[in-house]
Amino acid sequence: MIQTDILIIGAGPTGLFAVFEAGLLKLRCHLIDSLPQPGGQCAEIYPKKPIYDIPAQPEILAGDLIDNLMQQIAPFEPGFTLGEQAETIEKTAEGHFIVTTDKGTQHQAPVIAIAGGLGTFTPRKPELNNLAFYENKGVDYMIKAPEKYRNKNVLIAGGGDSALDWTIYLAEIAASVTLVHRRSEFRGALDSVDKIQVLKDQGKINIIAPAEVTALKGQSQLESVTINCEGVEQHLATDYFIPLFGLTPKLGPIAQWGLTLEKNAIKVDNSLDYQTNIPGIYAIGDVNTYPGKLKLILCGFHEATLMCQSAFQRIYPNKRNILKYTTVSGVEGFDGSKKEAPKSIIKKIQ
Amino acid sequence: MDNEITFEVIDREGQVHQIQGPTDMSFSLMEICRASDLPIEGTCGGMALCASCHCYINSDHALPSKGPDEEAMLSEALHVKENSRLTCQIPLTQALDGLSITIAPES
Repeated sequence: MIQTDILIIGAGPTGLFAVFEAGLLKLRCHLIDSLPQPGGQCAEIYPKKPIYDIPAQPEILAGDLIDNLMQQIAPFEPGFTLGEQAETIEKTAEGHFIVTTDKGTQHQAPVIAIAGGLGTFTPRKPELNNLAFYENKGVDYMIKAPEKYRNKNVLIAGGGDSALDWTIYLAEIAASVTLVHRRSEFRGALDSVDKIQVLKDQGKINIIAPAEVTALKGQSQLESVTINCEGVEQHLATDYFIPLFGLTPKLGPIAQWGLTLEKNAIKVDNSLDYQTNIPGIYAIGDVNTYPGKLKLILCGFHEATLMCQSAFQRIYPNKRNILKYTTVSGVEGFDGSKKEAPKSIIKKIQ
Repeated sequence: MDNEITFEVIDREGQVHQIQGPTDMSFSLMEICRASDLPIEGTCGGMALCASCHCYINSDHALPSKGPDEEAMLSEALHVKENSRLTCQIPLTQALDGLSITIAPES
């Protein structure tokens, strides 16, 4: 069982920044996220898009914002359970919470902070008969452990960034990679589109476009797919079919946790500390709602900060907490590191 | 009012909503629909990256043509028809007065 002080559900910008504010109060954090990497929407949907309303950052790419946050919180050694969805919650006799994921990983903490954004990203699935039958039997919607595709025949469908990025990555390790897309145009970062062209020219990947996968075949495991290319059908043997048609967020199992919801968001007490109707469970960032709520990263940072102060009092009801400034007290990491302002020199000038 | 237009939105239950919006605030059709509590999510914020604002255009208003981002996203979205558009890519202008749109099924 993973034990921590604040269990954060959702590793987007708000959840990540909460680790920093908690760390200043000597509280340890662990984060759960259904995506295989931290960063939430910023990393998954628009890593290459600039954001212009982060205070003191005139322009920053969403992906860089996440990289910076990861660097900022590194001294506080956060734990991560990635690629798993928080599913159930129960309360222990001493008032702690136990959160179990869909993979059965258990986490225990006195405080839960839900920073789930718009919800769990669930893959958009193509409309194919018997698709569900082949799930985990050759059909994957997300690539969590690329090694499983080593020396296998892989077919990727899609024309966006993740389809391109994974085609490039798997071209090196898979026995063969075929990319199928409904159009001949692909949308991605310029260098990935160029790389795909080079791989195709070198014969390292196959591209079938404009085309669509129309049927899946196989006894107990996926064995082949039918592809319709401008009215002409062809059958292709493959070990894996990976449709990458983007992810849509759904609030998911959290909706069943007994929290007061309003329009698919969790109601919190914003006049105090962003606590939900269940004491000890907080909701911060895009997942919460209160009068005047704005879904902005900068508001999530503020909410995370106030949440941590309240969480501290909940965990240590008899300890006094006084606001400290990092310019004065520096940052002491759990890893033994210490960052502080250089001391001024006092010297007589002749 | 001068800078105010009215258009109709048919939701997934077939209910018709009359929506008013200003044309001088650089809003998109998605933003005004979302702010009017219609089930148009606009998950990606308006970057043509998610198709959660996908609608069908019912009237024959002259709309700005689709950019490459919108074309690309619509090529991956579900339930796409001839009159499909991503409302995040349509700015709210006088030309939209009297427009009628239907929200596409959830994907």
